[in-house]
Amino acid sequence: MIHADLRLDLPGFALRARLDLPARGVTAVFGPSGAGKTLLLRALAGLEPAARGRVAVAGQVWQDDASGIFLRTHERTLGYVFQEPSLLAHRSVRGNLAFGYERTPVAARTVGWDQAIELLDIGPLLERAPAGLSGGERQRIAIARALLASPRLLLMDEPLAALDAARKREILPFLARAQRALDIPLIYVSHQIEEIAALAEHLVVLHDGAVAGSGPLAPTLARLDLSPAQDEDGGVVVDAIAAAHDNRFHLTRLDFPGGQIHVPREALALGGAVRVRIRARDVSLALSAHEDSSVLNRLAATVQEIAATANPANVLVRLDAGGTALLARITLRSQQQLGLAPGSRVWAQVKSAALVA
Amino acid sequence: MSGLSADDGSALLLTLALATLVTVVLLLVGTPIAWWLARSRSRWRAPVGALVTLPLVLPPTVLGFYLLVALGPDGPLGRLTTWLGLGLLSFHFSGLVVGSVIYSLPFVVQPIRNAFTAMGERPLEVAACLRATPLDAFIHVALPLARPGLLVAAVLGFAHTLGEFGVVLMVGGNIPGATRVLSMQIYNHVEALEYAQAHWLAGGLLVFSFLTLLTLYRLDLARGATARLF
Repeated sequence: MIHADLRLDLPGFALRARLDLPARGVTAVFGPSGAGKTLLLRALAGLEPAARGRVAVAGQVWQDDASGIFLRTHERTLGYVFQEPSLLAHRSVRGNLAFGYERTPVAARTVGWDQAIELLDIGPLLERAPAGLSGGERQRIAIARALLASPRLLLMDEPLAALDAARKREILPFLARAQRALDIPLIYVSHQIEEIAALAEHLVVLHDGAVAGSGPLAPTLARLDLSPAQDEDGGVVVDAIAAAHDNRFHLTRLDFPGGQIHVPREALALGGAVRVRIRARDVSLALSAHEDSSVLNRLAATVQEIAATANPANVLVRLDAGGTALLARITLRSQQQLGLAPGSRVWAQVKSAALVA
Repeated sequence: MSGLSADDGSALLLTLALATLVTVVLLLVGTPIAWWLARSRSRWRAPVGALVTLPLVLPPTVLGFYLLVALGPDGPLGRLTTWLGLGLLSFHFSGLVVGSVIYSLPFVVQPIRNAFTAMGERPLEVAACLRATPLDAFIHVALPLARPGLLVAAVLGFAHTLGEFGVVLMVGGNIPGATRVLSMQIYNHVEALEYAQAHWLAGGLLVFSFLTLLTLYRLDLARGATARLF
């Protein structure tokens, strides 16, 4: 387990974060700007000495003010990837990678030099100077550098925020692959639901310096009282199995407990686990099956909960489709016209679903 | 035109020895002070900063006078050095070193402090997240990143020490071979109306100083960091 109970008071802002996170996999920390995400991460790393409380990672106490324990950052065996790549300008790429690697005792090395370079695909860059690299290359090196210090916990503070969408899509798979291959727990701060959907298994939602919600990704994304559902890109993730390829229509059928979803054909091994992201704005609701609609994916579902959104014209509807939670953002007018209320049986028409992992 | 006399040569050698030693001491003393001034949040930061910069605005004779008093037989530093068995530093080469270090301190501290300030906190945080202790981070991250500032500081400290007069005169007197430095020798030549010999030394110092600063600005311009100088 990763346990943190941290308090930090700054002029005009107070962090009060109590967290119990799984010691494996990726935990995403989501929240609007100014929610205290970066501060929480820095406090976990020991970079905010004014933070009070307790931090324990995998049985090792990093901080416990009650018993006067405070490991300084360099004693915490963590990896930190900052929002800006922050490569050391006076060292080559190789020198940057070696910085933490050399300072890790040989017996404590869990990540191999070649392994990290291969996972992030940075072999050709080794002799270059940081100044000559693109933003995406720099961030890949920053990630490899953090891995090479063989951390017990990786902390990443919106590492892709400074990159354009294409670069993000380029790095995300490297990140996911490296995390899975090395099995180092990762706490990943982001305000991009897309990144979270692609990476995380657990989600923490911060609001005004406090933990508004924390839990497994899929049910937490579907909680109407939390900011991810309210986000413009809000929606759910569905864990499914690649069931069949339809060669005639170039589609792949994905099965999950609540039904089937077709996506444009992907080179997937049949029987493999995949994760699909369905945004609330891509789901509309109907009272009948609408066989005459062009929408391919229709799922039978029951309305669980309806909540207002920041835009008074819309409402958010949480649905249950055979045990899988779905979100739909529809207009208030439609909700009233259809007479939707908890318990209503509906057809969810999914206009778009994207494979994320 | 007789070129350099034996006295001129000994003054030149003494000056070079003094400037070299002072530069080394300045870097050793100035770097920690600059580090502290750049990073401390102590309320003593402003007073210490002002104190270190004081020699920049104070007449050298004022500084020299107080140093002479302090280093003299009844001064606190004089008592200390006597007690330590070092004797008195005034009218002695070591007194020149002490006086020159204090006098040139702002020229060394300021560029290094600027370099430390400019790099910000981030590189040190990066180092700490990569298992480096604070001392390790200082040596292997802060110092290499501050290298341009250290270079500027060393050159300015050296050049400034070459040219000083007032402090040396007050603390060291004008003893041939012991405390008679170049600027003093030039003064002696002028007093004795030996203008030609004064020219050799004065002109040499002028050209050397100009070339030093020219090199420095070239280096600095190439790095696009002229603002760092002052």
